[in-house]
Amino acid sequence: MKILTEHIDVPGIETIDVFRKHGGYSALEKALKTMSPDEVTEEVKKSGLRGRGGAGFPVGMKWSFLAKPEGVPRYLVCNADESEPGTFKDHYLMMKSPHTLIEGMIVSSFALGANTSYIYVRGELMYVIHILEKAIQECYDKGLLGKNILGSGYDLDLFVQPGGGAYICGEETALLESLEGKRGNPRNKPPFPAVKGLWQCPTVVNNVESIAATSWIVNNGGEEYAKLGVGRSTGTKLISVSGHVRKPGVYEIPLGITVEDFIYADEWCGGIRAGHKLKAVVAGGSSVPILPAELILTTAAGEKRLMTYESLSDGGFATGTMLGSGGFVVMDETTCIVHNTLTFGRFYHHESCGQCSPCREGTGWMDKILYRIEHGQGRQEDIDLLVDVAKKIEGNTICPLGDAAAWPVAAAIRHFRDEFEWHVKHPEKATQPGAVFMREGASWTL
Amino acid sequence: MTNTQTIQFPADTLELVHKIINRYPEGKQKSALLPVLHLAQAEWRWCSPEVMDYVASLLNIKPIEVYEVATFYTMFHLEPVGEHVIEYCRTGPCCLMGGVEVYDHLKKKLGIETGETTADGKFTIKEVECLAACGWGPVFQIREKYYMNLTTEKVDEIIDELSK
Amino acid sequence: MKVTIDNITIDVEPGTTIMQAARQIGPHIAPPAMCYYEPLKGSGGKCRGCLVKVTAGSEKDPRPMPKLVPSCITQVQEGMVVENTVNEQVLEARKGVVEFLLLNHPLDCPICDQAGECHLQDFSFEHGVSKTRTVEERNTFEPVDLGPYIKLNMNRCVLCYRCVYTADQITEGRVHGVMHRGDHAEISTYIEKAIDNDFSGNVIDVCPVGALTDKTYRFKSRVWFSKPVDASCDCGKCSGKVTLWYKGDDVIRVTARKNIWGEVTSFICNTCRFEKKKTSDWKIEGPMAVPRHSVISANKYAANKITPAFPMKQAAEQYKKIDDNRDRSFLNAPKELN
Ligand SMILES: Cc1cc2nc3c(=O)[nH]c(=O)nc-3n(C[C@H](O)[C@H](O)[C@H](O)COP(=O)(O)O)c2cc1C
Ligand code: SF4
Ligand code: SF4
Ligand code: FES
Ligand code: FES
Repeated sequence: MKILTEHIDVPGIETIDVFRKHGGYSALEKALKTMSPDEVTEEVKKSGLRGRGGAGFPVGMKWSFLAKPEGVPRYLVCNADESEPGTFKDHYLMMKSPHTLIEGMIVSSFALGANTSYIYVRGELMYVIHILEKAIQECYDKGLLGKNILGSGYDLDLFVQPGGGAYICGEETALLESLEGKRGNPRNKPPFPAVKGLWQCPTVVNNVESIAATSWIVNNGGEEYAKLGVGRSTGTKLISVSGHVRKPGVYEIPLGITVEDFIYADEWCGGIRAGHKLKAVVAGGSSVPILPAELILTTAAGEKRLMTYESLSDGGFATGTMLGSGGFVVMDETTCIVHNTLTFGRFYHHESCGQCSPCREGTGWMDKILYRIEHGQGRQEDIDLLVDVAKKIEGNTICPLGDAAAWPVAAAIRHFRDEFEWHVKHPEKATQPGAVFMREGASWTL
Repeated sequence: MTNTQTIQFPADTLELVHKIINRYPEGKQKSALLPVLHLAQAEWRWCSPEVMDYVASLLNIKPIEVYEVATFYTMFHLEPVGEHVIEYCRTGPCCLMGGVEVYDHLKKKLGIETGETTADGKFTIKEVECLAACGWGPVFQIREKYYMNLTTEKVDEIIDELSK
Repeated sequence: MKVTIDNITIDVEPGTTIMQAARQIGPHIAPPAMCYYEPLKGSGGKCRGCLVKVTAGSEKDPRPMPKLVPSCITQVQEGMVVENTVNEQVLEARKGVVEFLLLNHPLDCPICDQAGECHLQDFSFEHGVSKTRTVEERNTFEPVDLGPYIKLNMNRCVLCYRCVYTADQITEGRVHGVMHRGDHAEISTYIEKAIDNDFSGNVIDVCPVGALTDKTYRFKSRVWFSKPVDASCDCGKCSGKVTLWYKGDDVIRVTARKNIWGEVTSFICNTCRFEKKKTSDWKIEGPMAVPRHSVISANKYAANKITPAFPMKQAAEQYKKIDDNRDRSFLNAPKELN
């Protein structure tokens, strides 16, 4: 079952005519002509759709928190900053089928009573911005944007805003600061954007995929959507797959398939590249805890792990992880976990906005320690020091980037401590090009 | 004050700047800063203090507001760069896809290290973080164009083509 | 509104923050503040030194808050219960914050003009540990002049943003700000530029550390050797209410007056601060009320719950014991690193 990507490979789908031929903008017509904004919100609530940007917060509930004071404009801002390592689904969707997002934007803006909406796209994706702008122009030309859309009396202007190269601008309040032309420093919360957001007006920020899914929900009803998936993980999810699988790429999966099927079935990743074995997976983007092969395929209780919010987090951080943004990074036995952790540590060091001291200083510190260990200059006590530094950052910062920096380091040591120790004890071996520690008796040892 | 007389967008870009400013409510023209900085960099290749002062004057904000923003975001070049700035992704997933080897090859081919510009001023290499193309890695970006699924051979082709 | 902090209950106005409520109880309860500065709008929330544990959110919803919260920007609720220095988790987090702040901070107190008035000294003394766990080299910056009066030593900056808010809120045109990001973020004018307007000197007073110092005072004395006297003058530009710092008969420094939290209550102009250095320029009002953050307050200041007020000598000894030996001798090829 595909909701977002059913027609994504149809030639010309990026143009409004082809998009419409395949059912595009029918949700827009339905919503504006036959539904009230609250009815749209109600359907989204019923759908159980959860935010696809990482946190998984129910979209309908977020919408219902939006403050609606008289005479104050409200805004919908689409978060297309996509910068979480391992995640490239929004890029894929916007590049191939811009109208899928735009239709969702119009439907969602209508539901929220926003008359101006913005799509904040990371600046590196300037070519995608041009694709979106072209598609938006088509909508204006066809009367689907602008004043009195389809004679409904509803007005909407939609603009694309480029970022400038900063992962932190994916954090919703940093994004709003950035959209206001400032440094991407996250705000202290409360107040939340639903009360004071863009230019201090009530604002909803949602991920590309969350917004895109609303059109299907309007067309088919929230209950239909909720029938897909398992439990509170309803609907479909775009998973970005990178690393050592036979077929990396973006897949739309019904939530609830097993992780094993997802990795090994030909329909999805097609298995680990020939001659190699699965060692570890980062299942939801660089921020979430890495899991070794056995724990990603089955939970600690021995059940098959599913691609759902609940199943992936089964076991907490001790033996579980998170669905996050769906950035699924697969590693085979040739992967050095220390090196991979270093690139993540370096990433968060590089991307910390620098406002609050635990994250500003702690990310730099962890990066330097990891760098030493990777380069054969580590000490035994550095491993516990890393764990402690991570612990001192976690939970003590302004925004979740601090947590996101701490988790991958803590998890790598939790599940692959032997590999860190090997680096410390045998620097001469560990610094050989391509050298990788082999755990004796592990399922991935060749 | 720096001399901004010689720095001026062509008429059509200026028109675009005004269109961009109109995307925001009255008095919120500072929101146009990132888009206008991108335009400025496309025009002058890098964001010199003079260029930033010019941008400040266009948006009617203080120069310091432009400096703090331009230095925050990694896409803005604060030093002169070559004609083609190659920004390669160094993050984990791209490394898994063979990035390290490909980027080493790139540096060897151009004879420069990350952060440097070739003597003829043609190429600058920069290291960036994840470009949201991980499954299509290794990746680099030159201006607006993404080059994906890179191999050493592909790198040779791209560089040879751009060197012409 | 009733709120309980470290087992002491106090009645405060709605809208009061936990920090303000704690300050109303008294200095021994008030959490440390490296960034919050009441007179500056928008300040606070950044350093995380003031984190506290809320063990009951309110009477209506008495659940504890899941994370530690910054007391300086968290408003109290009716019936809220807060733990400050009686909570292990809080003390542990503050230990972390001190360690983080000192990671790239030079231990050059012996040659720093702020020594003795430095909030970071107080904070690390009260909440830090004496042995460093890091072996990494510090990020360093060259000290620069921000015009004729102000020296910036970025190495010492804790990025509290106070000077930025000050320039925004009480001067006519801000020309300095925070450049770059992460642990490379720095206070700067970006291009060599003087901070030059009538009220620019106030950034020196708000700076909690020795990052911004008065060039006309540099190395003239240690603060504890000088004698502060409140004085005033008829100034057209500012209130003219200042503190004069004497060494012998000479006025070696003029600052704005600070309350016991080290906050300036009335900002002063540059003429008063930098140009009026003769006793005859001033009407003397009497000895200064000693602020909490001055070492000259030693012995005069109310007992602190965890670390009692300490005599200067003891403090000096303690500080000598700070071990910042970043032993890198185990590195085989240190040049390759950093
Ligand atoms: C450091 C950081 C980076 C984030 N990056 C993104 C991002 O690139 N895209 C995104 O949609 N959400 C991102 N988020 C989550 C957003 O803050 C926010 O929760 C999300 O946009 C809400 O949309 P949703 O409810 O539809 O997921 C990020 C959060 C943090 C803390
Ligand atoms: S946690 Fe990091 S990124 Fe977030 S506000 Fe603090 S310093 Fe900035
Ligand atoms: S220079 Fe001083 S006042 Fe300014 S941010 Fe740094 S520590 Fe704070
Ligand atoms: S890691 Fe290179 S594009 Fe994501
Ligand atoms: S004083 Fe509260 S966070 Fe700095």
